[in-house]
Amino acid sequence: MRCDVVVVGAGPGGSMAAKTAAERGLKVVLIEKRQEIGDPVRCAEGVSKARLSSMIKPDPKWIASEVKGARLYAPDGTSIVMSEDKSGDEVGYVLERKIFDRALAMDTARAGAKVMVKTRALDLIRRDGSVRGVRAMRYGEIIDIEADVVIGADGVESKVGRWAGIDTSLKPGDIEVCAQFLLYDKSIDDEYCEFFLGNELAPGGYVWSFPKGEHLANVGLGVIGSRSEPGAPVKLLRRFVETRMPDARIVEMVVGGVPVSGPIERTIADGVVLVGDAARQSDPITGGGILNAMQAGVIAGEVVSEAVSSGDTGVEGLMAYEKRWRESIGKQIARHLDLKEFFIRLSDEDLNKLMHSIQSEDVSKMDLRGMLRVLIRLNPKMLWELRHLVM
Amino acid sequence: MITVNRYVCGYCGACVGVCPVCALELVETWIEVSDECIECGRCVKLCPTGALSLEGAKG
Repeated sequence: MRCDVVVVGAGPGGSMAAKTAAERGLKVVLIEKRQEIGDPVRCAEGVSKARLSSMIKPDPKWIASEVKGARLYAPDGTSIVMSEDKSGDEVGYVLERKIFDRALAMDTARAGAKVMVKTRALDLIRRDGSVRGVRAMRYGEIIDIEADVVIGADGVESKVGRWAGIDTSLKPGDIEVCAQFLLYDKSIDDEYCEFFLGNELAPGGYVWSFPKGEHLANVGLGVIGSRSEPGAPVKLLRRFVETRMPDARIVEMVVGGVPVSGPIERTIADGVVLVGDAARQSDPITGGGILNAMQAGVIAGEVVSEAVSSGDTGVEGLMAYEKRWRESIGKQIARHLDLKEFFIRLSDEDLNKLMHSIQSEDVSKMDLRGMLRVLIRLNPKMLWELRHLVM
Repeated sequence: MITVNRYVCGYCGACVGVCPVCALELVETWIEVSDECIECGRCVKLCPTGALSLEGAKG
């Protein structure tokens, strides 16, 4: 099989890349190793309304709920409320990823791309030292998909980058290991996403509750890998739920790893582009990855189209992707990496102190950066090394 | 060698992402371990469900 570009992985990043390239007239093949796109979900499913809407028209079919804002709890229970439009890229809509991912893949198919499920990339095909597509296993048979460019949107467990010589392996401090229940409990606030901080609850991470309507919610947590131990996320989550909502009805359980390494050294190679979690483009503070992946996917689709038409699909021809994602989403990812490295070191006492310090301030209309500015003003000594982030 | 308890594994692929030598692969609902495994134990520590264990020495 021969095409212009083969995209590995039909998550939001891969589908947006494939769709964008197909819309520009390229012959595109999108492969997904699972037999069902979008399942199992490895995600808390929260996204900001404004940013999502800038890339795709919101469809009630894949929106589980809309929230008014976020509530953030310190270890001692002190809390603040942030409004939806200011709470960052994870708050606004709570999606139904199983339906969302499929809808994006179907849009991609409608744009002209060939979608192939149960098709797992095994290796890159090389000819004269250049990447010429992927060898894959489809329904148990080996097939070669020849292409000028391979877009690796193959998630946290990405192989495409490694095959191309980019070391994307995550060190323990570069990954949040997570567990999540979809549960029903009367105590779930349908109007707010909630975040609970604390080293006892989730070392170097947080517990989240993202409502999906009628007292259903994704309740999960992430633990920084460097402070985790075998099975810790599931154990801690069970403890949280058993303690705080003993009557909860758990109807689904998922686990996953979220890259929080921040920008990696390079995301392109000769004939290869990495997108989304595969490029470690998830947000190091929130762990949100959907929107960054989609945005990077669009950039990748555009750049690859140009590269294919110009005939230069080597590093030079793909360099615009590297530049464009770093100048857009990359800046915030880098800033949030600094924030994460600092915040995972804070004790519960520090976290409580920070939360107490802003109780008298009106943070409801502030975004994360504005709030950080206020926090630094009120706690200059503790937060001195973060001042460059708000300048 | 690394053994995977399939009754515990949540097939999330976190282990694949942290493996320094690309010795693991997530295929649908199971994890494959190749001979390239160096038994560093990083995947064991990071598994969210505790499904992985390192048993015996490499022989």
